[in-house]
Amino acid sequence: MAFLFSYCILAHYMTIFNDIGRYLLMLKGMFSKPENGKMYWKEFIHQCTEIGFGSLGIVAIISVFIGAVSTIQTAYQLVSPLIPPSTIAQIVRDTVILEFAPTLVSIVLAGVAGSRIASELGNMRVSEQIDALEIMGINTKTYLILPKIVAALLMIPLLVVIAMCLGILGGRLAGTASGIISGSIFDKGLLEFFVPYNVIFALIKAYVFSFIIASIPAFYGYYVKGGALEIGRASTKAVVVSCILILFADYILSALLL
Amino acid sequence: MIEVKNIKKSFGEKVVIEDVSAVMKAGQCNLIIGSSGSGKTVLQKCMVGLFEPDEGAVLYDGQNFTEMKGQEKTEIRKEIGMLFQGSALFDSLNVQENVMFPLNMFTKDSYKKKLERVNEVLARVNLVDANKKFPAELSGGMKKRVALARAVVLNPKYLFCDEPNSGLDPLTSLVIDKLIKEITVEYNITTVINTHDMNSVMEIGNYILYMYLGNKEWEGTNKEIIFSKNQRLNDFIFASEFLQDAKDMRMLEETGKISNNRNMEELMDKDAPTLVPPPDEEN
Repeated sequence: MAFLFSYCILAHYMTIFNDIGRYLLMLKGMFSKPENGKMYWKEFIHQCTEIGFGSLGIVAIISVFIGAVSTIQTAYQLVSPLIPPSTIAQIVRDTVILEFAPTLVSIVLAGVAGSRIASELGNMRVSEQIDALEIMGINTKTYLILPKIVAALLMIPLLVVIAMCLGILGGRLAGTASGIISGSIFDKGLLEFFVPYNVIFALIKAYVFSFIIASIPAFYGYYVKGGALEIGRASTKAVVVSCILILFADYILSALLL
Repeated sequence: MIEVKNIKKSFGEKVVIEDVSAVMKAGQCNLIIGSSGSGKTVLQKCMVGLFEPDEGAVLYDGQNFTEMKGQEKTEIRKEIGMLFQGSALFDSLNVQENVMFPLNMFTKDSYKKKLERVNEVLARVNLVDANKKFPAELSGGMKKRVALARAVVLNPKYLFCDEPNSGLDPLTSLVIDKLIKEITVEYNITTVINTHDMNSVMEIGNYILYMYLGNKEWEGTNKEIIFSKNQRLNDFIFASEFLQDAKDMRMLEETGKISNNRNMEELMDKDAPTLVPPPDEEN
């Protein structure tokens, strides 16, 4: 029994190491000279549209509501008359910039963009479209994966910046609409004790998360084997692994950079 | 010409191809036949480089493709066209964009010139007025024809077809077979086709390689296959009584004899083979 248990644990870790090795080889394989720069540019623009504009709506909705909720909940907890109301704005600003905009938006994007990347590549693999590209003499890792990662590195930090602005705006709207804090006090609070490094830290997180959001689903989609069921499984696994890695990276970056 | 020399391929413990050699000539339809699991798809994938063979070599006009690296391999691949079993058309592109894709990737021609070439090959596969349709809007036969057009749009020297007739009705299969044959002769292409469709074998098989459990069991032409003495091959191609009868009729015409294990009276008593179902007796 103990032997069987040890064997299962060993096999599990071997699979993880095997996957890490294949993931690194996939990343290495992406870097080759494009066969036709114009076609790669077209694919890059297409991916920017899919990842950026395709996720803008959900990012906007989530950001506004998270900002609104954080204003109301902060006001609910700050009951002491010694704390000025402008503190609510400061807390909302820093929470949105440091955590909500980069991390929560990235987790949502791992679901929206990540599952789309995994299922797109998985479908291409299963229906032999990737083989068709290989036979044409195209490096499929460069043509299919690299534009997705570069597009994510460009668009996701932009979405995070938009999420920051909309989150704070949502907080202001909720504060004024519910009579918790006036607009002028909220604006005053926003400018107090502002640390520009927080924005830089949030952008560093956004870049790391962007890489995870694009590369992990690409890995699971590119190497999928089987049929429609396996595409679904790969897509789910890609989202779960991406979310775990985002949270893990969030902790590591916070510990190192703050 | 494509030469396959002593190819061996295993997946883990399972040996899929054991020492297969063959020569596929230009301007001919070279067919790889065999039952499911005989290793014909793996052999074809080794030939096009989707699988690395464990041993042996694949030579394209004398150049060892197996030993090539990077750019050299890419150059050979630009001369290869492939028609996949499921057509492998790009879902997000319409017919015109699918066929134009290799031209966009590998040529610097003007859009007008590329469009002319696309229309030319689409007309060649009898597909006009379908340029703006997406793969989801096409029938199985149309998809195969678009895939064939995409495979030949760059004028390849080598054409590979994996089960080109799978999922098609007999009439459409015949159309696809004829197209492949015509294109092969017209452009002097070395065509390699994986199939287990006996109609294709008899219609277009200039060279036939029969595989059995990963080995080359028999090779010859479509004229020789009828009179082959190989029992496994005979079991494969004459699995249906209809074909066995057809063979015996032909043998009778040409040699005055029929297969040793069959009864002449029994054969002659049979009605002429027909595809029309018998009328319902009750009516």
